Amino acid sequence: MKSRSRFIRLLEGPQTLGRGPLFWAALGLAVLAAAAYPLLADGYTVGNTVYFFNWIFMALGLSLVWGYGGTLSFGQTAFFGLSGYAYGVLTLNFGAAYGLTLIALLAAMACSAVLAAVLGYFLYFGRISGVFLGIVTLSVTLVFERFMAQTAGPEWHIGVARLNGFNGMSGMPPLTLPWFGGSLTLFPDVGLYYLILTMLVLTYLGLRVLVNSKFGNVLVAIRENPERAEMLGYDVRKYQLIAFVIGAVLAGLSGALYTSWGQYITPSSMSITAAALPIVWVAVGGRGDLTATLIGTLVVLATFQALTIYGSQYALVVMGLLLVSTVLIAPEGLIVTFTKFAMRLAHGRNGSS
Amino acid sequence: MDALSSLFGFVYQCGDAFAFLVLAACGLAVIFGMMGVINLAHGEFIMCGAYVTVASARAGLPLPLAILCGALAAGVVGLVVERLVVRQLYDRPMDTIVATWGLSLIATQGTLIILGPSMPAVGVPFGSFTVGAYSYSTYRLVLMAAALAILIGLYLAFNKTRFGVLARATIQVPHMAEALGVDTKFVYSMTFALGSALAGLVGGLYAPTMTIVPTMGGSFIMEAFVTVVVGGADIFLGTAPAAGVLGVIKATMTSWQGQLFGQIGLLIAVIIVIRVLPKGISGFILRERS
Repeated sequence: MKSRSRFIRLLEGPQTLGRGPLFWAALGLAVLAAAAYPLLADGYTVGNTVYFFNWIFMALGLSLVWGYGGTLSFGQTAFFGLSGYAYGVLTLNFGAAYGLTLIALLAAMACSAVLAAVLGYFLYFGRISGVFLGIVTLSVTLVFERFMAQTAGPEWHIGVARLNGFNGMSGMPPLTLPWFGGSLTLFPDVGLYYLILTMLVLTYLGLRVLVNSKFGNVLVAIRENPERAEMLGYDVRKYQLIAFVIGAVLAGLSGALYTSWGQYITPSSMSITAAALPIVWVAVGGRGDLTATLIGTLVVLATFQALTIYGSQYALVVMGLLLVSTVLIAPEGLIVTFTKFAMRLAHGRNGSS
Repeated sequence: MDALSSLFGFVYQCGDAFAFLVLAACGLAVIFGMMGVINLAHGEFIMCGAYVTVASARAGLPLPLAILCGALAAGVVGLVVERLVVRQLYDRPMDTIVATWGLSLIATQGTLIILGPSMPAVGVPFGSFTVGAYSYSTYRLVLMAAALAILIGLYLAFNKTRFGVLARATIQVPHMAEALGVDTKFVYSMTFALGSALAGLVGGLYAPTMTIVPTMGGSFIMEAFVTVVVGGADIFLGTAPAAGVLGVIKATMTSWQGQLFGQIGLLIAVIIVIRVLPKGISGFILRERS
């Protein structure tokens, strides 16, 4: 009993908005609705919805690094791209039998983790200031994009996988699950939808536990005042580096899922425009809270998709406007600001009555 | 003679890389050094300068005047951006990066919508000269001279003019400067406009050598970032020596393995430098001095 209440305390601790039976009932309903959704829509639409879900892992990772850790990384798409390419190279070389795609998925995420650990070591242990961290990670992303864009020639290959320069890699197998009597191939359809939905719910709950644990509280203490946290005996660099690596792994998960979903990956997924989009999702919803990030990302992605009908350049202008106005009007994010405002209203009424 | 001409080739390459780094970074460095703000729309100010330069050159203005028009236009845009966005965020440098990134998205895509995917360019002036077996573009020498001229100009502006003194007072102790009657808001505004105008000037200078597309700013920013990070907050003690060192690295790597490896070399250099000298070259020099 005691351990159960401790677990609940971690799920709804001080670092996350939303607690109490009402919140969890709403969340349960949302998950149920999401689970029922494929019964109402056709397979193609469901497969497209998976596309939205794929991005949320990267957004949640950025929320951890930026919102909770307070260090702004512009390089999430580098980890996204690296992992996407790694998944492509591994599956094209080793095939999709015996659940090898799942191993490729894990290995791709491990690639992102290694890059993040090396880069993060130099950045955090060099103790560079927040502003520089952003532009160095962005520079890494841009150089990586340019590197991949020039790999058009036949000499650029890893095993049988051609990197194909600006056109990117394609034709890698989708995720497969080993199953009784032959493996299940998860094309963008209902099966993949349930897998990704499950992963999403687990990641979300897992991150809630993480940020409410001792680790998360120290991370927030560092964001609020690094010197104070250091005086209290915490190794600031280590905590920030771990958060950075977790964020990179989640971006890598997004990248590998994206590659297996569409069966292609191009260098433009790491371009400066692509790198700006996760910032928009996370900033608009509210970087300082996981739930706000999750909802914000879904809403902004849906808006972006709806606007793309008029041309993607218009949609990008709207994204830019959204970002600038969020920073100017509601720096904590629209959802977080609104929730806090509503909570204050509710408390005010309770207090006066 | 052969060795001499290849030596000249190498020096030319280094000079070219140095000029590119100084020019790409100077606007960013002025704004960062004075205000502690990184302007992620820096590339778009360069793009703006290039577009205005090409448009006015094609309308019949002589190239030098057209370049000045480009600088002026970017400076005016910078003034407006400072008033509308950057001024609201002085106490939040991280948010300034994010907001200016939003501006950069708007500017790039807006230009694409309004002016189309590319603009016909103007030719490279002055032709070329030959040393040994290779021929070199004369205009690149003009760019090198321009880089030096801008450095000297900035030095004079910040050390010999009244504005420069006020600006340096403002960065050192803003509240004291304010108490002594300096209009710090005006100083910040002018500094941002100056940085933007420099970016526009650079766009104009490079306009004849590049294809004029809405995303052209992207080919400057990585180099600009790297130079500013390695240099640190001081333009003369930081940006100039950083561009010197990085220019040699870039030229060596480029002549060895091509353009891309020049950039990879820069990137590795910057990551090592921040581990060793977190405050950049200028921070190191200033610490040694004190």
